[in-house]
Amino acid sequence: MYDFDVEKPTSIADAVKALGREEAQPLSGGQTLIPTLKARLAMPSVLVSLKGIAEMRGVCLDDDGRVCIGGGTVHATVAKEVATHYPALAGLAARIGDPAVRNRGTIGGSVANNDPSACYPSAVLASGATVVTNAREIAADDFFQGMFATALDEGEIVTEVKFPVPEKAHYEKFIQPASRFPLVAVFVAKFADGVRVAVTGASEDGVFRWTEAETALSANFSAEAVSGLSVDGSSMISDLHGSGDYRAHLVGVMTKRAVAALA
Amino acid sequence: MPKDGGIGASSKRREDIRFLTGEGNYTDDINLNGQAYVFFLRSDIAHGVLNSVDTSAAEAMPGVVKIFTGADFEAVGSIPCGWQVTDKHGEVMQEPRHPVLAHGKVRHVGEPIAAVVAESLSEAHDAAEAIVVDITDLPAVIDMKEAVKEGAPKLHDDLTSNLCYDWGFVEENKGAVDKAFEEAAHVTTLELVNNRLVANPMEPRVAVGDYARGTGDHTLYTTSQNPHVIRLLMGAFVLGIPEHKLRVVAPDVGGGFGTKIFHYQEEAFCTFAAKACNRPVKWTSSRSEAFMSDAHGRDHVTKIQMALDKDNNFTALRTDTYANMGAYLSTFAPSVPTWLHGTLMAGNYKTPLIYVNVKAVFTNTVPVDAYRGAGRPEATYQLERLVDKCAHELGVDPIALRRQNFITEFPYATPVAVEYDTGDYVATMDKLEEISDIAGFAARRKESEAKGKLRGFGVNCYIEACGIAPSNLVGQLGARAGLYESATVRVNATGGLVVMTGSHSHGQGHETAFPQVIAEMIGIPEDMIEIVHGDTANTPMGMGTYGSRSLAVGGSAMVRATEKIIAKAKKIASHLLEASEGDIELKDGAFSVAGTDKSVAWGDVTLAAYVPHNYPLEDIEPGLEETAFYDPSNFTYPSGAYACEVELDPETGQVTIERFSAADDFGNIVNPMIVTGQVHGGLAQGIGQALMENCTYDSDGQLLSASYMDYAMPRASDVPFYTVDHSCQTPCTHNPLGVKGCGEAGAIGSPPAVVNAVLDAMRSGGKDVGHIDMPVTPARVWAAMNS
Ligand SMILES: Cc1cc2nc3c(=O)[nH]c(=O)nc-3n(C[C@H](O)[C@H](O)[C@H](O)COP(=O)(O)OP(=O)(O)OC[C@H]3O[C@@H](n4cnc5c(N)ncnc54)[C@H](O)[C@@H]3O)c2cc1C
Repeated sequence: MYDFDVEKPTSIADAVKALGREEAQPLSGGQTLIPTLKARLAMPSVLVSLKGIAEMRGVCLDDDGRVCIGGGTVHATVAKEVATHYPALAGLAARIGDPAVRNRGTIGGSVANNDPSACYPSAVLASGATVVTNAREIAADDFFQGMFATALDEGEIVTEVKFPVPEKAHYEKFIQPASRFPLVAVFVAKFADGVRVAVTGASEDGVFRWTEAETALSANFSAEAVSGLSVDGSSMISDLHGSGDYRAHLVGVMTKRAVAALA
Repeated sequence: MPKDGGIGASSKRREDIRFLTGEGNYTDDINLNGQAYVFFLRSDIAHGVLNSVDTSAAEAMPGVVKIFTGADFEAVGSIPCGWQVTDKHGEVMQEPRHPVLAHGKVRHVGEPIAAVVAESLSEAHDAAEAIVVDITDLPAVIDMKEAVKEGAPKLHDDLTSNLCYDWGFVEENKGAVDKAFEEAAHVTTLELVNNRLVANPMEPRVAVGDYARGTGDHTLYTTSQNPHVIRLLMGAFVLGIPEHKLRVVAPDVGGGFGTKIFHYQEEAFCTFAAKACNRPVKWTSSRSEAFMSDAHGRDHVTKIQMALDKDNNFTALRTDTYANMGAYLSTFAPSVPTWLHGTLMAGNYKTPLIYVNVKAVFTNTVPVDAYRGAGRPEATYQLERLVDKCAHELGVDPIALRRQNFITEFPYATPVAVEYDTGDYVATMDKLEEISDIAGFAARRKESEAKGKLRGFGVNCYIEACGIAPSNLVGQLGARAGLYESATVRVNATGGLVVMTGSHSHGQGHETAFPQVIAEMIGIPEDMIEIVHGDTANTPMGMGTYGSRSLAVGGSAMVRATEKIIAKAKKIASHLLEASEGDIELKDGAFSVAGTDKSVAWGDVTLAAYVPHNYPLEDIEPGLEETAFYDPSNFTYPSGAYACEVELDPETGQVTIERFSAADDFGNIVNPMIVTGQVHGGLAQGIGQALMENCTYDSDGQLLSASYMDYAMPRASDVPFYTVDHSCQTPCTHNPLGVKGCGEAGAIGSPPAVVNAVLDAMRSGGKDVGHIDMPVTPARVWAAMNS
């Protein structure tokens, strides 16, 4: 990697200030950023570590019953502490990477990075969660803007994610055999006022809501309701591990299985 | 009752104490005073003319010691190839020059163009980025069949084409084979790909070069399976350093699987640069570099056909294989698709006529060479897939068809030049049917179907030729090396032994298993025996470890040396006991006079050898140290039968291995636990090849599977609890231990069973696709199911 400075602020305010420096970049668990630096694919002049900011860590319930997870909370903590409030979300966190990844990687880092194959973005989108930053609150529907693209401004940090808790929800993940990231994964969340379905791993445009399935499931929450539906394979990722058509097919299968798991 | 020591005991692997507690001494643990670091600037273009390499800006960068380019190596030899194949016309293969650093052209992504030696690795890396390389792109050839077409872009201007050789075996049989096909009652044809693999040992390659200006001595520390071979190849052919001025040390090595047999440019570079810079030079491969610079494995494209008579007897076999050599010839590359592959095409069957054709082809990819099994997995995969296809075309049971065609009488001379000394293929198949619970399969299939899954059962047999190999034979076949093995047994004054072996352990457990043999021979505890390997300065010239040869060949050398020790010790004992030498017996660590109660302990004899006060000095020399070189008279022929049971999810194409059973015949067994472990590891690699691993290039020669993000290695959760049995034992007839070798069997024997099982599962779901290529990924299965 190239040389860089490191700053270790202990408050969000100090972090934002540090990020004002030229070519500064936040560092959370480093599970994505450190390999990128090692491969010399990024050249920040200063890394602002968010690890020491206590106010960004931990899980709580707010007055609306939302599960609020600090942006600096690691996957392992979510897997443990959210298990009773939002088991589908905890289950998702429990199957990210391996123990080392789960004990370093953070929800803030994952959401900010918006890898098209990351797990968390599907939960954030399907839950209709709110992404909280140092500056504002952003609805999930506005936050994710395509592969590795988000609504975040330069120097803006994800400090918290607030998840409304659905009546029931399930995350169905089909892994890419090498990386074990999702090849296709689907998060289905059933709320009193309707069903939200978010798909990750599949699309050239990153995480997306499968509105057709949402409509069908909102009318009839059963696996049969989605069995005739399909997404368009031509807009799906096609690579070593599967064609666009295969991914499109898996979107249907994973959705059906997620619903079946809740029936 | 299992034994608690000696031959046949499952002694715990003593080396694991240091490996598992972080006390190993690997090459990267070696850091020398004043050491500098090298970073290789590697080509990111698969094929191009190297117009210029401008290092002027880079040389001014901080920490730079010296920068090398191809021009610095013009006076240095080519990286040598250790095997010359003669083609079907009697012409020798085309052998391109293989420079240490690219010169004139680049021929694969990852080929080193320049090397920066600097005070630190990051300074070397920084400076490398400042080197300006001017390359004119040329079209790349990746597909082998395209590469041999008229007008295809040529990799090596000095060769006539991209064809390294066109080998026919046995050429004289070709007419008879073709005739048998004309007369056949049935012909089965199969076209398949044996997927390219990256070995990925846990420890990446490392080289540290050192030079002592005061004495002119060179030392290379390297991650090698055969330090003596590296010393000979690099010293004699590349750098012109005589063996007595060159020491090669391969300390603890963290896995090799073949890929650390070969002599690589980085080794020659570090040795050369240490002298040029007059300081130690170290290179540690990153995982990314390993993917594009370690020799790859397999990569064959084959058409194979079987002719059968009306009674389903195999009457003839013929194959056409394209074998990828990559851009240059790696050390043993030419031998893999020929002598390690063609000679195995008889398999376990008495097919009377066989003809094998292999075209070895240069492409703009990383060189390909031996990988666990080397040629034998490729042979086994083709043959055992073909036999299964025969059975399904004929509507007969695949096991019955195999049994009908088994070789049952030994020794058996195959039509492909080798003679199997022993084996019992019926016994291993019987054992397999028992341990795989074939009888319970139907019920298990029902259970799977109740869950909406398909279940399949697949078997295969395998035969391998290992214990490589008789030197005079391999010499005739083109090897530019002998393949004996050596051992020096040094007995210390107080009775302990040190065995210096020319073989090399990089995970196999020699330090445990070899002492078991000597402990048995002398009747002393195993912990009185220590194994030394890996350093050319203190071990006799040996050929190293690969081809499941260490116990069969290296162990035999050790037995021979120990026999000499015992013979001399008996002379000393007879003197001490004042008895005639012929009456001396050695048992349980003591020499006694037959028929009397007179005896003298092992330690008293060894002490007398070094403190020869009361000693037959007029007859024998003091001391107790003997060396033996052992050259085998034949290969050994382990064999076995494997069964795989898979569950297939028809909706996703996901295949999971539910059961895997292996019935092997390894001849006599020294340490059953180590043998079981070797089989487990081999099975994991075979299953990895069958289901997951795939080294993939795009048509421009870019490596798509260049990291673990895209190259799928099997993990513990991808493999089942194996059922492994090695109770069928037909001892090798020509080595003193009766052992056959077990290191490669698992990787050789498992891929066809997996694929046969997957096809069986698909058939049970109403889809008979005839064949599916490895790796059988979910996407491929789904595509096949929906084709
Ligand atoms: C072996 C392995 C397996 C993995 N498997 C999976 C998997 O199955 N599923 C999955 O979803 N992920 C997986 N990951 C990724 C993992 O979840 C990462 O932790 C995550 O993608 C990034 O989180 P991080 O805290 O490590 O962020 P970092 O690597 O520190 O940062 C990632 C990016 O986000 C920015 N950033 C970090 N924190 C913030 C913040 N609070 N606000 C704004 N920007 C920020 C950084 O500047 C950087 O650009 C895996 C990773 C590895 C190494």
